[in-house]
Amino acid sequence: MHVQNQNNEYLEKLLQGSDAVADAGANWLRVLRMRAVERANEMSVPTTRDEEWRFTDLSSLYKIPFRPVSNAPVLAESGLTDFFVPEAHTRLVFVDGHYAANLSSVAVQQGVTVASLANLPASAEAMLEMRLGKLASIDNDVFAAVNTAFLRDGALVHIARGYTSDAPIHLLFVASSKQAAAYPRVLVVAEPETECAIVEDFVGVGDDAAYLTDSVSEIHVGKQARVSHVKLQREMHSAFHIANTSVNVASSGFYAMWTVALGARLSRHNLSIVQAGEGTEFTVDGLALIGGGQLADMHSSIDHAHAYGRSRQLHKTVAGGAAHAVFNGKILVREGAQQTDSGQQSRNLLISDKAHVDTKPQLEIFADDVKCAHGATVGQIEAEELFYLKSRGLSDTTARNLLTYAFAAQIIERIPVKSLANQLVKIVLEQTHMKGTA
Amino acid sequence: MIRPNASVMLEVRDLTAKIEDRTILKGIHFTVRAGEVHAIMGPNGSGKSTFAKVLAGHPAYEVMRGEVLFEGKNLLSLTPEERARAGVFLGFQYPVEVPGVSNSSFLRLAYNTIQSARALEELDPLEFDDFVREKMKSLEMDPAFLERSVNAGFSGGEKKRNEILQMSLLAPRLAILDETDSGLDIDALRVVARGVNKLHTPEMGLVLVTHYQRLLNYIEPDYVHVMEGGRIIKTGDKSLALELEARGYDWVATESKGKAAA
Repeated sequence: MHVQNQNNEYLEKLLQGSDAVADAGANWLRVLRMRAVERANEMSVPTTRDEEWRFTDLSSLYKIPFRPVSNAPVLAESGLTDFFVPEAHTRLVFVDGHYAANLSSVAVQQGVTVASLANLPASAEAMLEMRLGKLASIDNDVFAAVNTAFLRDGALVHIARGYTSDAPIHLLFVASSKQAAAYPRVLVVAEPETECAIVEDFVGVGDDAAYLTDSVSEIHVGKQARVSHVKLQREMHSAFHIANTSVNVASSGFYAMWTVALGARLSRHNLSIVQAGEGTEFTVDGLALIGGGQLADMHSSIDHAHAYGRSRQLHKTVAGGAAHAVFNGKILVREGAQQTDSGQQSRNLLISDKAHVDTKPQLEIFADDVKCAHGATVGQIEAEELFYLKSRGLSDTTARNLLTYAFAAQIIERIPVKSLANQLVKIVLEQTHMKGTA
Repeated sequence: MIRPNASVMLEVRDLTAKIEDRTILKGIHFTVRAGEVHAIMGPNGSGKSTFAKVLAGHPAYEVMRGEVLFEGKNLLSLTPEERARAGVFLGFQYPVEVPGVSNSSFLRLAYNTIQSARALEELDPLEFDDFVREKMKSLEMDPAFLERSVNAGFSGGEKKRNEILQMSLLAPRLAILDETDSGLDIDALRVVARGVNKLHTPEMGLVLVTHYQRLLNYIEPDYVHVMEGGRIIKTGDKSLALELEARGYDWVATESKGKAAA
């Protein structure tokens, strides 16, 4: 009971300041925020006694009363160019949760709207009201509720029916302030018969500091629409990162996600993909590369609610130092979702004695004519592979790094934005070296 | 090529080795001089592949007794990578697949590591590309192999050719080819054998571990050894290989037991 009170106190602290945004925006938005505050107040923050948080202890988070910053510092573009993605013609940058117009650049393309929510034309209001807050549940995810309680601005990507975005769209969320809480929000609406690629990127600048990113992204994939989505978490090493990605895919829609976790002392990604019509296809690739005292937790839920759905998930983790990786992959095949074809693999590589991993595939199948394959492995570097490389003159360290890199590269190579894949290759080569020895 | 005054390259005395609790090598005596080609033949389970792996330093095997001198130095005290840098090359029976690492970057990394260990010039990616393509041409290998992951999805023959390509890049003093002929059709066998013959210099020792005689039609051995039960039980010239092909292995074992009894 005592713990419960403490946790509620923490939640109250988190929510302090949400009334500062209470008056902003349209009436419906105020109602949405109010409901979120109410819901958050009725919940408590999770502990390891909650099944969904069994392996991820948030008590270190609860020690720090993170507060949103009212004014974000103005950052110079020169300090961020390393994070930029050359393929993207459009980039929205948010600093500590606030839209940074000076760092953003938007290419005009017919049928494609990319803008911060606060800058939207009035004509978008009806669409926004219909879509925002409809996928990320504030009823059973307290962090999504807190995010929604602070919802004032965010990134909108809207693709009008029949259009294709001609380049990836880069959404860059920069953290720069100590002990700050940021509540990034993304809404992607891909109308029927559209195509787009989104890069959602979380970075930190300046000296390493503890801060909190609590983000929510809602992705509506229309009929026969195709959405590719890269989520890259490269926060500072003392940061906390909690993200909710909620995706809804209409019939014959396609959704591909690559989620990569490199940074943060503690990160959690809740991914929910719901099949809202027949004949959808999902691919979900995950990679967590962690060392030291890092924890990276991936919780995914793929809900096959209609027939002829296909999903492929491959989640890989590389854990060194005393790092802790968590994977919980739920696949739900509902009654009537016949001819579902679903495959899930969890592959884990431990490169130190103290690292550990908890992996839990979770299949719930209520249809009888389906294919569902899943598997999980936890292992170390294969002695035979190591010997092969060493017999060609490579040192033990080089050989281990190369094999670790190869393990991670399988995911990275599939990322459709080449410059990002190349950046990741470099990061992985550097980090495998460091994290293997840390 | 047998030259009486050639220097001793490899000298193995009473080599005894085990894996877990099983003793596989039970006292091997074996000498290779520069320029010589030795074939080690024997039935499955005779220990010939183990012998090859122990020479390269495979960590699963523990040497219990005996010594191995490579150009006068104690080979057994070296790690596998030190052996490779010193000039020992093992062509694997089952080359390992390394998905995610391109063959070209792996080959260049190995080449430059060996070059640097020998105080020779390293090559940058462009220089290396020219160099490796030349080598591949002489082995009749498709340059497309460079872009693929190391051995991943290669056919048996492609893997073996990739081994010989590595041998040609690393320019070993002593090459041990473990069942390089297995899994090859006759055309691939000819190409691989031609490649090995090209690479074989009068300064290089060559040890062919093989189950069948057919490889020896293309690479002519100076000595043929028969292994059985972890020992070399008979040594002869290339005619022994033909005799083994015609009569099988049993008679050698029987003859050897007869000698031991007498």
